[in-house]
Amino acid sequence: MLRIVPRREPSRTMQILTPILAVVLTILAGLVLFALLGKDPFRAIYIIFFQPLTSTYALAELTVKATPLVLIGIGLAMGFRAGVWNIGGEGQFVMGALAGGSVALALHGSDGFWILPMMCVAGALGGMVWAAIPAFLRTRFNANEILTSLMLVYVAILLLSVLVHGPLRDPEGQNFPESRLFGDMMTLPVLIESTRAHVGFVVALIAIVVAWLFLQRHILGFQIKVQGQASQAARFAGYSEKRIIWLCLLTSGGLAGLAGTFEAAGPVGQLVPGLPVGYGFTAIIVAFLGRLHPFGVLLGGLVMALTYIGGEAAQIAMSLPSATTRVFQGMLLFFLLAMDLLVNERIRWVPRPKSERAMG
Amino acid sequence: MPDTLLDIRGVSKAFPGVQANDDVSFRISAGEVHALLGENGAGKSTLVKIVYGVMRPDAGLMTLHGKPFAPQKPSEARARGIGMVFQHFSLFEALTVAENIALGIAPDLARDDLRSRIVDVSRRYGLELDPDRLVGELSVGQRQRVEIVRCLLQNPQLVIMDEPTSVLTPQEVEVLFETLCQLATEGCSILYISHKLEEIRVLCDHATILRGGKVVATCTPKEETAKSLAEMMIGETLTPPVKGSAAFGEIRLSINRLSMVADKQFGVDLADISLDVRAGEIVGIGGVAGNGQTRLMAALIGETLVDAADMIVLDGRPVGGLPPEGRRRAGMCFVPEERLGHAAVPEMSLVENAILSARVRKNLSHKGFLNLRTAARYASDIVDRFSVKTAGVNHAARSLSGGNLQKYVVGREIMQAPTVLIAAQPTWGVDAGAAAFIHDALMQLASDGAAVLVISQDLDELFAISDRIAVIANGRLSEAALVADLTIEEIGLRMGGQAHDRKAFHA
Repeated sequence: MLRIVPRREPSRTMQILTPILAVVLTILAGLVLFALLGKDPFRAIYIIFFQPLTSTYALAELTVKATPLVLIGIGLAMGFRAGVWNIGGEGQFVMGALAGGSVALALHGSDGFWILPMMCVAGALGGMVWAAIPAFLRTRFNANEILTSLMLVYVAILLLSVLVHGPLRDPEGQNFPESRLFGDMMTLPVLIESTRAHVGFVVALIAIVVAWLFLQRHILGFQIKVQGQASQAARFAGYSEKRIIWLCLLTSGGLAGLAGTFEAAGPVGQLVPGLPVGYGFTAIIVAFLGRLHPFGVLLGGLVMALTYIGGEAAQIAMSLPSATTRVFQGMLLFFLLAMDLLVNERIRWVPRPKSERAMG
Repeated sequence: MPDTLLDIRGVSKAFPGVQANDDVSFRISAGEVHALLGENGAGKSTLVKIVYGVMRPDAGLMTLHGKPFAPQKPSEARARGIGMVFQHFSLFEALTVAENIALGIAPDLARDDLRSRIVDVSRRYGLELDPDRLVGELSVGQRQRVEIVRCLLQNPQLVIMDEPTSVLTPQEVEVLFETLCQLATEGCSILYISHKLEEIRVLCDHATILRGGKVVATCTPKEETAKSLAEMMIGETLTPPVKGSAAFGEIRLSINRLSMVADKQFGVDLADISLDVRAGEIVGIGGVAGNGQTRLMAALIGETLVDAADMIVLDGRPVGGLPPEGRRRAGMCFVPEERLGHAAVPEMSLVENAILSARVRKNLSHKGFLNLRTAARYASDIVDRFSVKTAGVNHAARSLSGGNLQKYVVGREIMQAPTVLIAAQPTWGVDAGAAAFIHDALMQLASDGAAVLVISQDLDELFAISDRIAVIANGRLSEAALVADLTIEEIGLRMGGQAHDRKAFHA
């Protein structure tokens, strides 16, 4: 029979290699899947994984999709390191967009370079407030943050919908449930002419370096790691669990909120009910794909962005179902977790004991 | 020679990287109390797991009553008349004694008359037990009786006892030994596993000594001294630690009427604990596990804050309100009982583990940023001075052996030059060499002027290093008495906190 036995010391190289292997396995499984669907598998894989890398426009789109994934992913990864399971990045993203967007709408018609930074601050605060609710419930009542943060996602999405159907609706918009378009001073500067790549990506890159420094060198980052790996050792050292929970949830909420503002003030340019497209959930995969390491999160975010863009392209070019993207993202997470298991444990074939067998 | 009950011939068992048993052979006669003696990691547990059918050997043969014996699982071993009392009990606290016993025996034995048979067996062997009490309300010694009665209900021919006395008071040990002797005279054999030499000399007819998985000696314990047994077990000659003169300074640590309620069901409340430890002095706190030691340690470290700051006073300054880092800054250091997961983070490197508790006193951070180079130097210093065997300070804590990690943890605290060191079970589960090293280091620290408090269940350890010993029982601490004025007997009486429970079966 098969037995799963833990390895004594998991190979470091393999730990870094697993995400890459997971991507390769996802591609291989994709080939089989498309063949079974009766599509040309190699063309499909080419469109999904490689074509987006061949044009400036597509590369720019890659950064557009990667920005929210990376920003949310960094925050989530930090929390996951500490064993703080914020699953509500999507809700914090929406609240950030709502807060940042509300500032833009309130200042409609005004001008000034300070508006955009103010929107960003409001967005980050919006996400933090939303993440503060699970933090409070967890530290005060020991309520599971997985459940509370997840439930708050739906509250946030409905709140956005109510507001764009009502108070935030564009007065000149023929009753469509959309806000006004943000003015020039309220949208993010574009990085490359005639694409949608915006400065948000630069902010995401800076956030990665800061997060790396924080986790590797700062005492709070150290506390986060100790808390996640051995909570009793954290108590022995004197680290406050409540403080770490607040820190992780506020940081991840703030980053998700910032990502939401970037989305509203960047590619979308207004508040619409369809603003949340699942970045907050996909970022969970990004965090694990990136080994909960800031640089890994960057790579993970780019890979997941690729599946979004490639998936859309494949839908158009080969009339594949829209579920393709989700299936690929799911497979990626599945293979990653499976590879993880194999790195940390090994599977041994143990012969089924026969009662008559003599010893020796 | 009387009938051979169990004959073990050439049993070997290897795990990745370790030869746990290497060609082990010995025999146990009917009605014999046979000791299996060896240090931690000598292969005792593996061998009894093979006999009890938990593991299968790589090579070798066993016969029981002259017939081949190769149990594939514990139930097969039990069916052939082997019983085992484990060191760690498998009991449900929220169930009664009878319910626990019914869960753990063959279904055909768990019939309606089980209750009366429990009472019968427990009376017959002097193991008084109320079948209707909740296990959660029982003392550790009484819980062990539940396990023993459960084992005896199956009419075993061989009972394996794995370190049975490590959780008992000396008086409880006496009762246990009477039971075991009675069993032996009735013809039941006992395989007795221990590293406590005195009790083996008293109890056992023969001893097989394991070292590094091999049988290194067999002997008749009554003809040996504890010292000669120890040397066979360890394979080198031992020199006992030498205590310095008893010139103590002012009071450094003062615990004043410390009380604290338990943090969980069936936990122990701390009640009115008071103790002073002076400069240059080592005070030991003895007691059976589960009598409030864990809670006391948490209160002293500051993991759980006490109600009033002056319950813990350091050099005249109340520190009871300070969190662990504040207490360290004030001069206290701590060695918690559990190495992996409490004193050290298993997956983190030795350098990171140095930061864990030495950051404040060793300036391992500056303005919130870690000073990794200084931390690495400190970690190497610990490794050098405490001769920790490791491939390097960047290796994970869990890659070290128990003894080496314990030396590292103790070294990390001692090298911070604390004015007060509080250590729980400082040599639990480490080899004799490392234990001697740690004892020396603790005594050196005290003679340098620190106050040292050691909480331990190992009375031999406390007698070897302490100047005074107090006993914790059921959350209350006895007066600390000078070691010279104490006998093991007296300590034992104090350890039996719930005295009336124990008188019941003596009568």
